[in-house]
Amino acid sequence: MANAPSVFDGVTSTISLIVLLLEFVMLRAALLRAQVRLYAAQSGVVSLLAIVIAYEKSLPELYILAVISFALKALIVPWVITRMMTDSETEIAGSGALGVASEVILSIIIAVFGFFAVGALHIHSTVLPTSALSFAVAVVLVAFVLMIVRRDVVSQSIGFFSLDNGVSVASLVVAAGLPLVLEVAFLFDLLIAVVVFGILMRTHHRHVSSLSTADLTSLRG
Amino acid sequence: MGWILIVLMVVPLVATALSAVLSGLAANLVTIVAGVVSFALAISLIPTVGDHPVTAGFLRVDALSLVFLLATSFLYAVVAIYTTGYLKAEEREKTPRDYRRYQRQFLAGMNLFAWAMLAAPSVNGLALIWVGVEVTTVVSAVLVAIDDTEAASEAAWKYVMIASCGLGIALLGTIFMYYAGAQVLGNSYDLAFADLLHHASELPGTPVRLAFVLAVVGFGTKVGIVPMHTWLPDAHSEAPTPLSVLLSGSLLAVSLYAILRFYQVTVATVGATFPQRVLLCFGVLTLLLAALYLLEQRNVKRLLAYSSVEHMGIMVIGVSFGVTTAMFGVLLHVLVHAAAKGAAFMSAGSLVQGFGTKALSRVRGALSRMPWTASIFIIAVFALCGMPPFGVFRSEFIIVQGGFEARHTTTGAVLVVLVVLAFIGLAGATIRSAASGEPDVSRPQAGEQAAVHEAAAWMVVPMVIAILALLLLGLWLPGPLATLLHTGAGQLSGVSYVG
Repeated sequence: MANAPSVFDGVTSTISLIVLLLEFVMLRAALLRAQVRLYAAQSGVVSLLAIVIAYEKSLPELYILAVISFALKALIVPWVITRMMTDSETEIAGSGALGVASEVILSIIIAVFGFFAVGALHIHSTVLPTSALSFAVAVVLVAFVLMIVRRDVVSQSIGFFSLDNGVSVASLVVAAGLPLVLEVAFLFDLLIAVVVFGILMRTHHRHVSSLSTADLTSLRG
Repeated sequence: MGWILIVLMVVPLVATALSAVLSGLAANLVTIVAGVVSFALAISLIPTVGDHPVTAGFLRVDALSLVFLLATSFLYAVVAIYTTGYLKAEEREKTPRDYRRYQRQFLAGMNLFAWAMLAAPSVNGLALIWVGVEVTTVVSAVLVAIDDTEAASEAAWKYVMIASCGLGIALLGTIFMYYAGAQVLGNSYDLAFADLLHHASELPGTPVRLAFVLAVVGFGTKVGIVPMHTWLPDAHSEAPTPLSVLLSGSLLAVSLYAILRFYQVTVATVGATFPQRVLLCFGVLTLLLAALYLLEQRNVKRLLAYSSVEHMGIMVIGVSFGVTTAMFGVLLHVLVHAAAKGAAFMSAGSLVQGFGTKALSRVRGALSRMPWTASIFIIAVFALCGMPPFGVFRSEFIIVQGGFEARHTTTGAVLVVLVVLAFIGLAGATIRSAASGEPDVSRPQAGEQAAVHEAAAWMVVPMVIAILALLLLGLWLPGPLATLLHTGAGQLSGVSYVG
């Protein structure tokens, strides 16, 4: 049993897998509110992953990071988006360009591609099993699918924020020791981005009186 | 000399705070002073930085950074003057209360945007550059939407969405670069250039290659590299003119700067062949598509936006040649493109404001109605096409020369052909409209003003300054500036890592 994976490897791989599964559930969720809740859950899971690593590898600064990212991504951002949806009081269900089944199948193909493509790179981390990195890349790719096939500003924003979660997992795998200052700067950037997304959502809603992006076709060529 | 960097970082922030509370001419003057002071500070750094980098805390400016700082601060100064006239023209269309709010938001946003673009090339480290470029994105996205029309809101949404995704990819690239560095430098370093370049030859190849490609795709989204350029014509054409100038002349270049930093590390790690091939593919594709789009454009601001895509393509191809001559041309091109694009966008914006339309077909008889603006517009467009004696001709010539020097004969020839194609599109559209003689009064359109007259001096003066700068760089390079460009080119082509 010399080569059997440790408990830590199993736990971290499972947590990364949960992040990916939540991304898939997000793809299926028709109701916008459900999507925001799923994003909050996903952010919570990413923070949990940071705590597990901090405990196992004795990297105390990761605790701070986990707390900040939980407060920001699992509480503040979802709250801001929910507030904005309440204000706009329009449709509560997003619309997709494809059927749900086709979306999921497409995402599975893309996620599998990402998973094995990363495996071929032979990037080995001292912190986490390589499979976690593959999951992270799959999350990023599926988030792209979510952004491309959905046609409302809330889903597209959530897609981008969950892409950021995927990048966070990747950074925990290959760059767990990244100085805290930089990590916090990244998070701070996300916060500013959320505010900007919010402003633009309001502007968009005022002009089009819906949250759909299907009408954004006047600028071409 | 470190204090100069700190002052350079503080001045635009102070201007942001002041312009957020002041109103009227005072706010404009604060912005102008901040722009001029920034430009003066950047110039004062030239002799020192041509010799060795200047550092202060986490700020570090070497020859490569300073070229981009010069381009940004120059545009900051002229656009600040131009904005005074631009806002006066906007004032006529708004109620006093609305206008005061609009002016405060506009100027505070513009100062903050300028600060972010000055900060990005001044920080020391790949991760901090990413943060800087991200800040420029979010600030400029709000500014694109400031005119509050449906088209502006659409353009802003596309911009923030596509650029954010690009930066997500660039962040992934930054993280892989950190991973590569951590294999050699241990886990608690901060991606500072000097360390990374010093140990570059020991880094593992695969993660560095991956990081480079992700950085090119990610930051390339903001540079306007095809196929990630789709937001660019929308944002640049719907944004208010002063912002279009900063977006085209400066922001694209600042994003290119981020790619160049990754390029430096990658060349030192895996050799020049791989990164140059990547850049060559993207560069040729960018130039080709931009040239084709230029033949088709009828909207004056979109025309200029595609011209920016074309010039970014030229720069990326120039970098892919890899020799010092070509790098010198690219760095000079950053400066001349900023000046030319500034003049072109400012004059085009005045034409749009004067004639009340963005369609080139409606801008008729401009030379007799707005002689200064129309003349400058025509001169700027021809300068952008690479006509001597202006700076763009010189820099493009040097880039092509570098291409032949590096034995990239085919690419050099393709470059020349595509630039000629772009020339036909850009110059043709301009000659058909702005330079055509007779005012077209037979078909007045809704929203057009009956009597079109010359733009205010506030707007004409900065255009003239930009044209003069362009002429100066075309005819004569001041000694210290030439030294600076040579040092920067040496850094990029791997002659000297730290210069």
